[in-house]
Amino acid sequence: MRVVLSNSTGVPLYQQIKEQVGTAILAGELAEGSALPSVRALARDLRISIITTTRAYTELAAEGFIATVPGKGAYVLALDSALVREQLLRQVEDGLQTALDAAGRAGLDRDGLVQILDGLIQAERQDTIQ
Amino acid sequence: MSSDLAFALRGVGAVVGRNFALRDVSFELPTGYVMGLVGANGAGKTTIIRCLLGLREIDTGEIELLGHRVPAPADLRQDVGVVLDHAFLVGDWRLTEVERALRPFYPRWDGARYRQLLDEFGLDLRAKVKDLSRGMSMKLMIAVALSHQARLLLFDEPTSGLDPVARDELAGIIGDFLLDEGHSVLYSTHITADLDRIGDYVTLVHNGRIVRTGTKDEILDAYRVVRGGPDDLSGLVGVELIGARRTSSGTEALVRTEEADLLGGDVLVEAPTLEAIAVHIGARAPRPEPRPLSTGRIA
Repeated sequence: MRVVLSNSTGVPLYQQIKEQVGTAILAGELAEGSALPSVRALARDLRISIITTTRAYTELAAEGFIATVPGKGAYVLALDSALVREQLLRQVEDGLQTALDAAGRAGLDRDGLVQILDGLIQAERQDTIQ
Repeated sequence: MSSDLAFALRGVGAVVGRNFALRDVSFELPTGYVMGLVGANGAGKTTIIRCLLGLREIDTGEIELLGHRVPAPADLRQDVGVVLDHAFLVGDWRLTEVERALRPFYPRWDGARYRQLLDEFGLDLRAKVKDLSRGMSMKLMIAVALSHQARLLLFDEPTSGLDPVARDELAGIIGDFLLDEGHSVLYSTHITADLDRIGDYVTLVHNGRIVRTGTKDEILDAYRVVRGGPDDLSGLVGVELIGARRTSSGTEALVRTEEADLLGGDVLVEAPTLEAIAVHIGARAPRPEPRPLSTGRIA
């Protein structure tokens, strides 16, 4: 497991750990069933407090990324379909936001935007029918 | 008595000489974590550790140590390892003799572990105690504590006089020790940088009283550093400026977070570091007049 902490980003350490481990799991770099270091071993290796690593693992567990076994360590869970869906929804949102920003610069109003979207949906439908 | 606590002090008071006393000292450490006891020289850190160890009688309150009331049964001694800012061992002893001298006091003494730790720490068994550097004598004391299988390590100013490499090594040794969930560490220091990363809990001491105790994040969230021009931070109502430092160009002080909202918009309000908290709390009240050198004792 790769965790690289920055002291100067202003992002809390637990958040950095959580994001890096979460990203590695979603990217498939940490496969289902992979063992993670225990919270205490991770705290020792990163020279940070146990409370910090515990918080990172607790939140990863709450979001369904990992399971922790008291006294042993933690391992990666199978990617939950709901979780994957949530990530996809976030991607949709991000994509639409990018479109919205571009529309703003182009002076396109809501109706114009919806028209383009409808056009895209229709084109996709025709593709699947053919 | 709770086994979830490494130790707890409840309402502890102890008079130490004519000019100093611990007053209503209450704080506790859950088993399995590191706590930093932070305060200026003379704030009472060493006295608190001595009370915990039963080396000093207390006048009021009670102390619980590893599930026992202090004064604790004698065999609890091997569950507590003490690392002081000076070696308590005889200077002419070689490290082999250190083992021979201490072993009888500790039924659980593990000679193989002692040798292994000295080897790990780069200490020569034939070296004499008095020839060890500051960092090495600290490692020797840690090796002794781990060899009698202590569950709680008490460090009194472990890093004062240590170079950065040795301080980092200490953080690693503490990390190794805490791999066992039944192990805990109390660590008195005025070098807050040691705690910025590895500290789980922080207790602030000033003039023999506990100013605040909690997780490191709770302590950091409890205060804000404020800075303003020479006239910005005066005549405030409902805001206590802790350890204010006034110069002709401006004023800097610590305030409680809930009071920071009462300050005007011209004032800069920032999240503090542990060091800033320690500095301002240490400067809060005028220090007692130093006694004449001839009769003074070093606290």
